[in-house]
Amino acid sequence: MNNLHSFLIVMVVALVTALIRFLPFLLFKSTTPKAVLYLGKVLPPTIMAMLVVYCLKGVSFINAPHGIPEIIAVLLVVLLHKLWHNTLISIAVPTAVYMLLIQLVF
Amino acid sequence: MSLTIYAGSMQYAAINLLTSGASLIATALMTLFINIRHIFYAVTMLNEYKDVKAKPYLIFSLTDETFSLVCSPNLPSEIDKKKYFFLVSLFNQIYWVVGSALGSILGNIVPFDTTGIDFAMTALFVVIFTEQWEKAKNHTPAIIGVVCSVVSLLIFGADDFLIPAMISITLVLFASRKWLEGKSDE
Repeated sequence: MNNLHSFLIVMVVALVTALIRFLPFLLFKSTTPKAVLYLGKVLPPTIMAMLVVYCLKGVSFINAPHGIPEIIAVLLVVLLHKLWHNTLISIAVPTAVYMLLIQLVF
Repeated sequence: MSLTIYAGSMQYAAINLLTSGASLIATALMTLFINIRHIFYAVTMLNEYKDVKAKPYLIFSLTDETFSLVCSPNLPSEIDKKKYFFLVSLFNQIYWVVGSALGSILGNIVPFDTTGIDFAMTALFVVIFTEQWEKAKNHTPAIIGVVCSVVSLLIFGADDFLIPAMISITLVLFASRKWLEGKSDE
């Protein structure tokens, strides 16, 4: 494995990633079609849902610990956020609880 | 990698590509499949990023986390939205680069076991999802997102569910356009 090849790999990944992000902006430069504008309005909640599922995709409900630490931690995030609407608390506390749960309890 | 690629999951995958000396074509294809969801972020921000000066940088730095912070800002009126976009994008990348650098230097020195700390990302997305849910008049898009993602996950498995999820989400959103258009104004 030589250094030039490694460098090229990183460059290809960077290029393709940037292309993916820029593509819609290049395709729809002047006026954005109404259909695309509609997508822009309704996509955010669907994407956040997809991302949450993506983060939890490795969780198995059949094998121990049956996703219990994840369920507890996610419920805690929602609960804390509804109580105090403080992003820092809503992220830090459940993360700490989750780490304790999977390291010590389960 | 954190400066040029700036995409967490892809950077982890790139490690495998680098150690196995993958071909450039295989690399390009893998990147396309892993990062294709970023196309959704760009589509969403098309209108918002229209007249912003630093547009190229904003587009370049659209990662999962940056997107989740700019897609539904609901800022107090005194704050300039464009400055917010730019600073959030910039700081996010700065933190990412600094974090990657510190991690590689100090990774072996940390005294406690950090297993599970990546739950922080899950927590962030859940927080934003919760906030969007509270503010939304119409919960249908969120529900569509959950159902399509979970069904895709069950059918295609953890490694391959993102693309089917994205396709099914897009199809369902267009199919329900009559009901959703005009109702989802936040």
